[in-house]
Amino acid sequence: MYSNNFVFVLIFMALGVLLPVGALVVLGPLLRPNHPTRAKTTTYESGLEPIGDARIRFNVRYYLFALLFVIFDVEIVFLYPWAVAYHALGVFGFVEMVIFIALLVIGLVYAWKKKVLEWK
Amino acid sequence: MFSWQTQPLTGLNFIGMVIGAVVVLAILLLVVMYLIFFLRKVVAWMQNRIGPNRVGPWGLFQSMADVLKLLLKEDIVPAKADRALFLVAPIIAFVPAFTVLAVIPYTAGHIFTAGLNIGVLFYIALSSITILGIVLGGWASNNKYSLVGGLRSAAQMISYEIPLGMSVLGVVMLAGSLNLTTIVQQQATDRFGWYIIPQIIGFVVFMIAAVAELNQTPFDLPEAESELVAGYFTEYTGFRFAFYMLTEFVYLFAISALATTLFLGGWLGPWLPSWLWFAIKTSAVIFFMFWLRATMPRLRVDKLMGFAWKVLIPVALFNILLTGLLSLLV
Repeated sequence: MYSNNFVFVLIFMALGVLLPVGALVVLGPLLRPNHPTRAKTTTYESGLEPIGDARIRFNVRYYLFALLFVIFDVEIVFLYPWAVAYHALGVFGFVEMVIFIALLVIGLVYAWKKKVLEWK
Repeated sequence: MFSWQTQPLTGLNFIGMVIGAVVVLAILLLVVMYLIFFLRKVVAWMQNRIGPNRVGPWGLFQSMADVLKLLLKEDIVPAKADRALFLVAPIIAFVPAFTVLAVIPYTAGHIFTAGLNIGVLFYIALSSITILGIVLGGWASNNKYSLVGGLRSAAQMISYEIPLGMSVLGVVMLAGSLNLTTIVQQQATDRFGWYIIPQIIGFVVFMIAAVAELNQTPFDLPEAESELVAGYFTEYTGFRFAFYMLTEFVYLFAISALATTLFLGGWLGPWLPSWLWFAIKTSAVIFFMFWLRATMPRLRVDKLMGFAWKVLIPVALFNILLTGLLSLLV
């Protein structure tokens, strides 16, 4: 049965959760000491008293890259089924995909010209 | 050839699957331990040092000693950290890194692989969830170094994930399948041999993107120790820190295994048993990555992001069109 493959994947996932939970939650407390003091639980900042909060506003460029990523990741999702069926589609599939990729390259060139890809 | 999908789902077969998965996990933990040892030795030799040589013969038990030490260390949670997220982040990072190993075909016929028809897509999709664990760990620590390290990791890993996904497409087009087992079988009969030859551009893009995905030198800015202490896991101690390291090395093994399967013919090879061929090829890829680690300087952050978007993505798109055109003509 094909669904067996997914059962197998689920077993992997369950093991992947069990190992860290077993090591950190079950086994860990038995083995490791636990004496938190104020100095120990202070946030590390090169040995100084931490100044202010770490939850600062960060560079807007991270958002721009995230937006670009979403666009191109969706593109890849469209390319996968096309690549699998490529032999069956022939010239028609090729021309279609040249148009599709050209549209996205225009988007990339636009972002490039708008200096979105510069990191300053 | 044995595969799970030809079997009915009985209690006995279920136990067989659990045994298969546990064996993979046990071998994986051993492999990762010795990968760390191998990394330290290789880098040491390349830099004309000796490397670990005190614990056991030739230092063979060094990694085991390190793991035991980490298990006995106190697990410190910073007072200002977001406690729940801080505790759960390493687990979120580890689970997908381990789950992707379910689809890798290690040998020709075996009980260790799920023959998913969407194998490649499954790998690419799951491996990006690890980014979430890293960003959460960086943010939950409430530490300036961790936050900057986590965000840098996220920006870098999402940027390089796109060329990684695109470089695989050439292989998928040639094989006409996303199933990793089918891709290996196709390479046995392909007239150009293994896909590294017809897909050499794709292979180069894949390797560069893989090194960047792993946050390895020359792309190790997220953990640039001279400026960010340790990046996203600065605040992590003891076994939680160990799980971040484990994730990194499991992922290193997984991506080398994927490169072997897609481009180097997987388990194919004469004379030797198939699992040994798989091990040899994967080790060669891993050695190549360690070699880079020992010899390359670190890139600047602006060059790093520009390289992914301005060089790798256009090259990967060009490779897709070239593969399409060539397979129409030839």
